Formats: sequence, structure tokens, C-alpha cells
Amino acid sequence: MSEFFHSTFQFLPEPVQYTVYTLLKVVVILVPLFVVVAYYTYAERKVIGYMQMRRGPNRVGPLGLLQPFADMFKLMFKEIIIPTNSNRYLFIIAPVITFAPSMAAWAVIPFNDTLVFSDINAGLLYILAMTSVGVYGVIIAGWASNSKYALLGAMRSAAQIVAYEIAMGFALVGVLMAAGSLNLGEIVGGQRGGLSNWYFIWLFPLFMVFLISGVAETNRAPFDVAEGESEIVAGFHVEYSGMTFAVFFLAEYANMILIAMLTSLLFFGGWLSPVPGLIGDSIGWLFAKTSVFMFLFLWFRATFPRYRYDQIMRLGWKVLLPVTILWLVVEGVLVYFKIGPWSG
Amino acid sequence: MFEKIQYYLKSFLFLELLKGMYVTGRYFFRRKITVQYPEEKTPISPRFRGLHALRRYANGEERCIACKLCEAVCPALAITIESEQRADGTRRTTLYDIDLFKCIYCGFCEDACPVDAIVETNIFEYHFENRGENIMTKEKLLEIGDRYEAQLAADRSVDAPYR
Repeated sequence: MSEFFHSTFQFLPEPVQYTVYTLLKVVVILVPLFVVVAYYTYAERKVIGYMQMRRGPNRVGPLGLLQPFADMFKLMFKEIIIPTNSNRYLFIIAPVITFAPSMAAWAVIPFNDTLVFSDINAGLLYILAMTSVGVYGVIIAGWASNSKYALLGAMRSAAQIVAYEIAMGFALVGVLMAAGSLNLGEIVGGQRGGLSNWYFIWLFPLFMVFLISGVAETNRAPFDVAEGESEIVAGFHVEYSGMTFAVFFLAEYANMILIAMLTSLLFFGGWLSPVPGLIGDSIGWLFAKTSVFMFLFLWFRATFPRYRYDQIMRLGWKVLLPVTILWLVVEGVLVYFKIGPWSG
Repeated sequence: MFEKIQYYLKSFLFLELLKGMYVTGRYFFRRKITVQYPEEKTPISPRFRGLHALRRYANGEERCIACKLCEAVCPALAITIESEQRADGTRRTTLYDIDLFKCIYCGFCEDACPVDAIVETNIFEYHFENRGENIMTKEKLLEIGDRYEAQLAADRSVDAPYR
């Protein structure tokens, strides 16, 4: 692929070749991502509708399949209202700060052994860093809106994300210990050898913690106190309309897909086949596993009422965090005595 | 102490949450009960109170005798009636207006009418495009009555035992 590109565009100078090639790779990752995000919103409305014995959107195009585009065009043509006495510059920049990291995090996601945008060794660390930057956008949006609801939402979201980031980080430490690498490709490689070698079996509590913190991290139900439409209208994005709102939305859904994909990479062997020998490894496995977790996100939202704020804090600090640390100790013992799939 | 541990385990294992997901998961496969409105419609009761109409007797004579009971009973004061004596000595309306913006579709006019002249049809899909169209004049009401007479008579005969 790379050689082919460089040989066909030989007439261009070297740096230009490199830039164009990189941009092309970005497009190849991001365009399908946008499409998936668009249809994820559609799927969400359908799934939640089905769970409430409704049909969901079915008017725009066959089966309502054009609904995401209708929504997109509507939002594009809407006016962006900037509240009085708000900080104009920060108000506009906030959605971008949320959006950019949620896209940037995709740079290190491997789709199979070779298909990865940038194969860096600190991939997991990079992802943790990127997902944490997103919350700044939320906080800035809440502050710049000059609205009490937005500010409340931003404060809630800040506290929540700090709490769950730690539990999530510790859960990932368990994966690191098992794989002995921060590189996502190598983490998946460490799970080779069929279903029994996937990390979720030995690291089940960590998998639970990771999934729950992932839901909390993306501000999804039942941890959507930052939005909390019944209490604080829409939380940090009350004042946002049109494209700025759409960008927040896009970031949220991209993050959900990212968490779903990370879960399948870190705990469910990514593109590895559950029964090697019978069926080969393929990128299809990764997408199938990711879809399951994406569906789980929607299922959660259709089922659970919102956690009370103090219960969220309790769950984060007093349940998830101790459980992770306990399991890290257990895992350490297991690794020391070489029990389990890891060599140590 | 034991209870505390139990509570702790409960909040980590999310058993109730799984139960909840089981319920929603089952509903996911249930038959969907949405009525696809423009294509499908729910059945309408013979007592449905929709757009108004004035009926006629089989010989073509209009039923309304301008007794003004409907005007009197109307809680929203939506009905305006003026009457005069016709050449054959009977009393008939010259003006019978219903302001649909005022009307609350309570059906009192229908109940009050001694000759079943003013009735409410089961038409509920209608709209106005210009100012003043909300006033249902005598001509419009009679026209609706003529057009839907079969339906009106059928609905009334179904409901007759309960009146």
C-alpha cells in the first residue's frame, strides 16, 4: 500500500508525498467513523424504540435509513446562538476541544496486525491521555456558556470523569501486567490462542470496571448526570445549537465507539478468532465484538434510570477502585506463580 | 458486618441491573404496537365527536328548527343562530355559525338538539388555510351533513339503544 502510493506519486517531493499519504490514511479512518457515528444515532433511536415497543424512526427513506442525514442537514442549517455575556471564543472552541481528542484517539487503534494508523509503543497511555482531554471541552463549554445549568453540568461531569478515570486507569494496569506492553497490537497479540486466552476471563472484574467506567467516561446513561435533562435541562450543552451542538454529539458517539472497540481489543482479543483453527482471525471479528459492546451501550440507556449523583461517586471511589486494586494484587500473585495464560 | 459485605457485593455485581436488562431485552423482540398513522388508523367509536354537520330529513327538508337550544347550552359560546319565519309558516335559521376556534367538541349541542339536526361527525382530519375558514357556516354544515349522511345515520342507529 505504502510502496504503491509512493511509486505512483513519485513526481511529488518527499515531504509532500508523506503529508498526502498521511492525510489519506486519516480520511480512510475518519470517514467510515463518521458514517458509523451517523448510523449509531439511528441505531440508538431504533433500539430504544424497540425496547419500548415502538418502531423508532421509519419515515425518512426506506426504514428511516436516511434519518441521520436529515438530522445532520437540519443541524447544519440551524443558527449558532451565542449567549450574551458568554465568552465567545471559548464558547466556540469548547466543542472542538471535545471533538478533536475523540478523533485523535483513533490514531493508535489497530484494526488487525498491520492495519494501524500509527503503531506507537505507548498506545494505551496515549488513549488515556486523549480521552481525558475531552473533558476539558465539557468544562470549558459549561463555563463559557454563562448559564447556571451548564456550569452545574460541567462541574458534575468534571467530578465524575476524575473519579472514573482513575478506576479505568487501574483497570488498564491489569491489562498491562497481563500483556507486558502498552502497545495495543501487542496486547491483542498476547491474547492469541482462542477464547480461553482472552483477558476477560482472568481479568473479569477489571473488564467490568473498565466497561462501567467507559460508560461513565462517555457521559452515557445511567451516568449521564452531566446532561441530566430532568434536573439541569441539558447540562453543559444547554446553550449550544446547530453545528456546535452536533460536534458535541459527534464526539460523544465517537467516544462510545472508541470505548466499545477498546473493550474488545483489550479484553476480547480484538481481531482474533475465538476458535482459531476453525475460523481465521479477521478484522470482521473486531467489528463484530465492537458492535456487541455498542449495542450494550444502547441497551443500558434503554434500561437504567440515572444514578443519583452521590451514588455515582460512591460507586466510583468506594466500589470500583478498591475492586480494581484488589484484583491487581490477585493478578500479581497469579503472574508471579505463572498461573493463567500469561508467561509473566 | 455481613450485611455490609452483602451490600457491597450487590453494588458491584449489578444483579438487579441484569434483571432490568433481561426485561428490556425481552421487550426488544415484542410485537411493536405503534399505529403507523397516515397508513393505519385506530378504530373510531360511533360516539366520536369531530367536525360538526347539520342533517336533513329523507325528503330533503333541513332538520334544524332554530330552537336555539344548542346555542344556549354551548359552554364555549361557539354557536351563533339567527332565524326567521319561512313562507310556509315554519321557523328556520338564516344564520347558523359555529366558530371552530371556540368549540371544545363537548357534544352538548348534539345532546341538546331535539330533532338530531346538529351532530358531530367522526371527521378529525381537517385544517384551515385562511382566516375566517374556522367559521362553519350553515351551508358548509349542511354540505358535510349531506355528504356523510350514511355514516351519521349508521353511527346514530348503533348508539340508539343507549340514548
